[in-house]
Amino acid sequence: MNPHASGFAAYNFAYLDEQTKRMIRRAILKAIAIPGYQVPFASREMPMPYGWGTGGVQVTAAILGADDTLKVIDQGSDDTTNSVSIRKFFEKTAGVATTTRTADASIIQTRHRIPEEPLKSGQVLVYQVPIPEPLRFLEPRETETRKMHALEEYGLMHVKLYEDIAKNGRIATTYAYPVKIEGRYVMDPSPTPKFDNPKMNDSPALQLFGAGREKRIYAVPPHTEVVSLDFEDHPFEINRFEDTCALCGAEGVYLDEVILDDKGNRMFCCSDTDHCEQRREAGHSGARAGQGLEASQ
Amino acid sequence: MYVAVKGGEQAIENAHRLLADRRRGDRTVPDISLDQISGQLALAVDRVMSEGSLYDRELAALAIKQARGDLIEAIFLVRAYRTTLPRFGASEPIDTGDMKIERRISATYKDLPGGQMLGPTFDYTHRLLDPSLAADSDPASAAERDADRGPAMRVSDILGQENLVEEDGAASSDDPPDITRSPVEFPLERETRLQALSRGDEGFLLALGYSTQRGYARNHPFVGEIRIGEVALEMDLPEKGGTTVIGRLLVTECQMVNQFKGSAKAPPQFTRGYGLVFGQSERKAMSMALCDRALRAGELGEDRTAPAQDEEFVISHCDNVQATGFVEHLKLPHYVDFQAELELVRGMRAAFKETRETVDDNPQPEAAE
Repeated sequence: MNPHASGFAAYNFAYLDEQTKRMIRRAILKAIAIPGYQVPFASREMPMPYGWGTGGVQVTAAILGADDTLKVIDQGSDDTTNSVSIRKFFEKTAGVATTTRTADASIIQTRHRIPEEPLKSGQVLVYQVPIPEPLRFLEPRETETRKMHALEEYGLMHVKLYEDIAKNGRIATTYAYPVKIEGRYVMDPSPTPKFDNPKMNDSPALQLFGAGREKRIYAVPPHTEVVSLDFEDHPFEINRFEDTCALCGAEGVYLDEVILDDKGNRMFCCSDTDHCEQRREAGHSGARAGQGLEASQ
Repeated sequence: MYVAVKGGEQAIENAHRLLADRRRGDRTVPDISLDQISGQLALAVDRVMSEGSLYDRELAALAIKQARGDLIEAIFLVRAYRTTLPRFGASEPIDTGDMKIERRISATYKDLPGGQMLGPTFDYTHRLLDPSLAADSDPASAAERDADRGPAMRVSDILGQENLVEEDGAASSDDPPDITRSPVEFPLERETRLQALSRGDEGFLLALGYSTQRGYARNHPFVGEIRIGEVALEMDLPEKGGTTVIGRLLVTECQMVNQFKGSAKAPPQFTRGYGLVFGQSERKAMSMALCDRALRAGELGEDRTAPAQDEEFVISHCDNVQATGFVEHLKLPHYVDFQAELELVRGMRAAFKETRETVDDNPQPEAAE
């Protein structure tokens, strides 16, 4: 068989064959039926490397329809190299419309962030997940962790969080902060900063999680309770930034720290680039607006 | 800045153009042909076919060219193509006893039916660089043996006649497992494990196999036999009136014979470690056989003390396409998480400084807070 001479270019809509999509959809349905439970699925080898979003790409490919509008973000940005690459992949293989506007997207594939703009009913947020098992760094064996989930044996996780407090006076987990779904499964929210955890709770959008290398899919259906683990005397807290976005002046959003020179000068700006653009279009501006961050990049 | 606000698309395109340019190299030098790669870098092609789990020399050669000789990248290209191919069914098990042998050696017998056949081996070559190969070469044609002497009996079958080696064991089901079509769930059946090992990274399995020789799960191996040659690939096609040969494969098979004390129930007997890979690769087949035997520790009632005996450890980490992807994903931007860590460390440093100052002002024994 000779790919470059034959019908090699004739891939199915959104790359995956229909049987594979059906298998993935079945896993997704099971995941939705058991919120927070990691469903094993026969993850395929994808034309991008493991660890670069193969799980998210497979989930997106399985749910994508011709009339969907896709948004892809990485670190909150539509224009990081990996988000560009994945967006182009679906433009090429599915020919779907793409957007950078959160509100206009029916499917949003993300790595490490949840958009600032609240999601709506009917939207699907697809997370790329590197290590789906929240207990993995406490217990490396899959045979053990599956048992722990089955028996709802989450003491080890609480001990870990308690040890954090004992050692550091606070819980020293800043991202991939474990959550409990509907009072049952402890789940890894993917390495989003814990700042985004509250957005997962009672969200009107469907949240799907795909881990390609680890061959797991899990889900948080709309309006599901998502609680970040904590203690009565050490309640869960999100990080608050003292600064506001230097470009759009936004408060209470997740900020990126941008180093401006070799003298230690720095500025903060929205990690969610679409949110920042929308605000600037609406006339908001921050301390350094118009001072050429865009030009310098 | 690699996280450009805009312009990422252009940058990616330019990077890929540069890659194509570097791949081609000096335009005054002729392009390397797939035939040249397939014929003259045959062992690289074998490795890509084996770890890419796709028996196609031409595609493997193309992948090697496209990957600029980076074999793991070439394996990745082949895998990403293979995964899109439909599955028509499973072939009959290949019969290595009926192999058209190119090389066959046994370390456990001085001579044996079918003989020792050295074949095209690096063994006993002196590793002295050969300047004559820098120019075009035209070596004398190979010596040929007389007409094919027919199949050679497997060494494991010779031992089996006296029940000195354990039975080969039957498959756990008639329907062969496919690790590319169903998620791996531990613990694995041996045939599933062998499938994973066969496409596992040569270097990783080599190191693990080596570790068993150095005392980390020593299993006293002997090379019962290594054989390399062509086998017929047969498939049951009812519309063709039964089992039909659909092609031929070059494979390397290694049967390790290992000691086993026996137990109250079983008399002392040698045990098996098995390796089978596409193409010619003794190193890989031998490493696979050592790992297979080590991974049977549980089944044979041995203590699991070493990494090579740990199924989850070995199988979860032996796939080089998975490994390279996840290791290399660290170069993707992680600044959002790093920002969260920065804030935490700054906060903790501030708290630390504060405590230190209080302690200095008011020295007291440390309380167990």
